[in-house]
Amino acid sequence: MIHFDDDRPIFIQIAEMLQDAILSGVYPEESQIPSITEFAVSCKINPATALKGINLLVDEGLLYKKRGLGMFVSPGAREQLRARRQESFYLDYIIPLLKEAARLGLGPKELQTMLERGYADHGNNTATSK
Amino acid sequence: MGITLQHLNKRFGDTLALDDVSLTFEGAKIYGLLGNNGAGKTTLLNLITNRIFADSGEILVDGEPAADNDNALGKIFMLGEKNLYPDGMKISAAFKAAAILYPHFDNEQALDLARRFGLDPRKKINSLSTGYASIFKLVIALSVHTPYLILDEPVLGLDAQHRDLFYQLLLEQYAEQPQTIIISTHLIAEVANLIEHTVIIREGRILRDQMSEELLSEGYTVSGAANLVDQYLSGRQVISCSSLGGLKTACLAGQPDQAALPDNLELGQLNLQDYFIQLMNKEDRDHE
Repeated sequence: MIHFDDDRPIFIQIAEMLQDAILSGVYPEESQIPSITEFAVSCKINPATALKGINLLVDEGLLYKKRGLGMFVSPGAREQLRARRQESFYLDYIIPLLKEAARLGLGPKELQTMLERGYADHGNNTATSK
Repeated sequence: MGITLQHLNKRFGDTLALDDVSLTFEGAKIYGLLGNNGAGKTTLLNLITNRIFADSGEILVDGEPAADNDNALGKIFMLGEKNLYPDGMKISAAFKAAAILYPHFDNEQALDLARRFGLDPRKKINSLSTGYASIFKLVIALSVHTPYLILDEPVLGLDAQHRDLFYQLLLEQYAEQPQTIIISTHLIAEVANLIEHTVIIREGRILRDQMSEELLSEGYTVSGAANLVDQYLSGRQVISCSSLGGLKTACLAGQPDQAALPDNLELGQLNLQDYFIQLMNKEDRDHE
């Protein structure tokens, strides 16, 4: 079951869900994604909303339509997403991390230690799962 | 294509149940009809289906006047509170009766849906519990295949599992063969993501008639430390506020002003149920 947040429009969340699935390889390049109907029914949303979310990825060149068959993941979509996410990583993760660290009174040294601990615990794991 | 209501008025004794209502339900869209008890929702729906008659005004179905017009009324199916079948009738017999009234009624589908909901078609309609009486009506509504489907409180008494199944079946059918669906319900959160267009009625008048997405983009929420929220609120159009200890959440009209927004405040989107409640509260205050 998919749950939506209240903080952003549903079609944006559908688009993000698809991007995540492409990035993690759930939908490999040149593979078909579920139909509008399947998205609508399983997420319990209006098909027009599902279409709007999917169309965002079409506009970005991440998906393309095969006439009469459905939507497919574009070649190079994963790399394109990875590059884009790397660019936004600073804003999406580092800035919020620093804000939370400031609220908790954690300084650069403590953060450094935590990062090293994170790599020691999970580093190999995340490095190989890409 | 569509159902058009033009300047409908309906009075019951001293009460003006509908006050100059003009609306269009376009083809192949899912509408939500929202309103508090006594707002006029069921009156409006009963007028569309010719169960009661307007004092003045006109209803057009695909351009044809609906009053006493079997062709126009045959395009509309309404699931309402009242059971329109004889009490002692068996469910399987009611399916056959529906097939006579609605030529596109799919009897096999009805039997299959009854099985999926655990409804025994050999039972008599008046022997059904509240929940199963609702299921019986839903099964017919999902099997009639009319261009217009009106659902007045469709999930009354249904358990969570059956409500879920119903919404899935409704969307499946809508995605494959779009029809105009009008859902009137108090369970706003459950249908919020289903409805493309929202109509809000209050005291017999149409208060809102808009795409749901547009409606929700009329405002936003801000939450965080009360002093920071208050600082942001000053000079802005505030719809409502709620606070819990030192935390405060405010609904505002318009678009967020990113430049003025302190870092530690969270931005959010209005959801349909909250929007509805806030709007009703505001109307209550304005008319005090």
